Amino acid sequence: MATATSPEFKTITINMGPQHPSTHGVLRLVIELDGETVISLQPVIGYLHTGMEKSMESKTYHKSITVTDRMDYLSPLGNNMAYVGAVEKLMNLTIPERAQVLRVILLELTRISSHLVWLGTHAIDLGAMSVFLYCFREREKLLDVNDMVAGSRLTPSYFRVGGFYQDVPDTFVPHVRRFLEEFPKALAEYQNLLTKNRIWMKRTIDVGILSAAQAIDLCLTGPSLRGSGVRYDVRKAMPYSGYETYEFEVPIGKKGDVYDRYLCRIEEMKQSLSIVRQGLDRLLPGPVRADNPYLFPADRTDVKLNMEELIYHFKIMSEGFRVSPGDAYFSIESPKGELGFYVVSDGGPIPHRTRVRPPSLVNLQALSDMCIGRMVADVVACIGSIDIVLGEVDR
Amino acid sequence: MGLEELVPDGILTTTVEKMVNWARRSSLWPATFGLACCAIEMMATSASRYDLARFGAEVFRASPRQADLMIVAGRVSKKMAPVLKRIYDQMPEPKWVISMGACASCGGIFNNYAIVQGVDTVVPVDVYVPGCPPRPEALIYGIMKLQEKIDRQSLKGPDPLPSSEAPRGSEASGSSA
Repeated sequence: MATATSPEFKTITINMGPQHPSTHGVLRLVIELDGETVISLQPVIGYLHTGMEKSMESKTYHKSITVTDRMDYLSPLGNNMAYVGAVEKLMNLTIPERAQVLRVILLELTRISSHLVWLGTHAIDLGAMSVFLYCFREREKLLDVNDMVAGSRLTPSYFRVGGFYQDVPDTFVPHVRRFLEEFPKALAEYQNLLTKNRIWMKRTIDVGILSAAQAIDLCLTGPSLRGSGVRYDVRKAMPYSGYETYEFEVPIGKKGDVYDRYLCRIEEMKQSLSIVRQGLDRLLPGPVRADNPYLFPADRTDVKLNMEELIYHFKIMSEGFRVSPGDAYFSIESPKGELGFYVVSDGGPIPHRTRVRPPSLVNLQALSDMCIGRMVADVVACIGSIDIVLGEVDR
Repeated sequence: MGLEELVPDGILTTTVEKMVNWARRSSLWPATFGLACCAIEMMATSASRYDLARFGAEVFRASPRQADLMIVAGRVSKKMAPVLKRIYDQMPEPKWVISMGACASCGGIFNNYAIVQGVDTVVPVDVYVPGCPPRPEALIYGIMKLQEKIDRQSLKGPDPLPSSEAPRGSEASGSSA
């Protein structure tokens, strides 16, 4: 691999991170350079290891939802969905129609907000500061949605096992409709700034090429895989929450370079908009909680007035609900790729084991293949293009 | 009455201390030290809607040597603590630390083997901002509180306020960096 005849004099090993200018969290890369060419690259992870899987073994199913929010903090609702989906699969629950549609709407809005952070930070890394400001302008509107439905901007924990704790407020639909009207213009603005921008094209086209075979060998998922031209999307392959009834395209790239992955994500945002529009059109009034008395506490006013309901509330909140023994794996198409939760239950109110299949960790493997043989400046472009979140890599 | 009567119009008199403090508090340069979820809110604070530039603190520096404010945004793992200490040591004096969010302040919801239970066991903290994550308004309020604190600083010696004393506890997991 090394081009130098005597590597000890020719190559230099540098350390990039864990605190480094490109804004993707605490990733450390040990890079061996020959001049400015990367000859080997080794990611060192674990700087944000939080022990989440272990923590979830000591929390009830209900409480673990808050932990999943902090995993991939750019798409908290996606993590909620993957986790509650696994528990619901284990419990064989039927989710009401309205809750399913609301979930799809919220998941797609979260996908857009996650892609906006990706686009903003990716552009900052490659020297386009203003794109970041534009992206966050739109993202704030999506955070307002979280704020509206759950009272928290970044960590809503809005999904519950069996649906939602409460329905969305009346202001939800008009707000999302307004966003649907405004966002295409903003998207055109980002594309104006970047797609035909000569600096952007020079920094991204033919950089970090990954062939389809390589991407499959590395188990990549999400836009990182689709950028290489493989049409695989969990929403199509293993539909959940009624995705099979929505019409949408799965965009793929041709060459598998950074630019293709950029185009894929931009196109995905457009598809997400269309899914949200379809979801809003079929949103009918109805219950948002599954018909299971053990999952949700009694109505708030009843709890304040009646002793029985108070006891019932206390039981659910302190003890949680029991899940029949067994195990289940459930995966969704998170903005990063296939996010899966594997939950093992021993029949109690606390999971015996919870294991996460984080797309960011798996996708990070591709970094070395993308960067070897290229300039050190391209490393930053490649990190941005696989869109990792260290909270999810390290958990 | 005093000196003011003798100097011409348009000239203000003040003390060196006040002027230095004014300069310091009006141009806080934070180091980009995003760790986890709070970092995204820190980015939101500096971005379009909240615009941290209004408080003179928007120049996020990639190098700690150019920064005088460290916003510890997110949970600090035991593996990260020595790195954090080192970055803090690389910052030139005078320097301040804001502990942003529940995790940085006290471990938050992660009371387990991996997370440092409060960044004040590693570096001295000036302002704690509660929240999980704090809203941008909360971070801005924290920065304003820090500005008030800087205003009260004395040029004669170390900051008299108790919160910048030596790190809490003797084990300081990061001190070996």
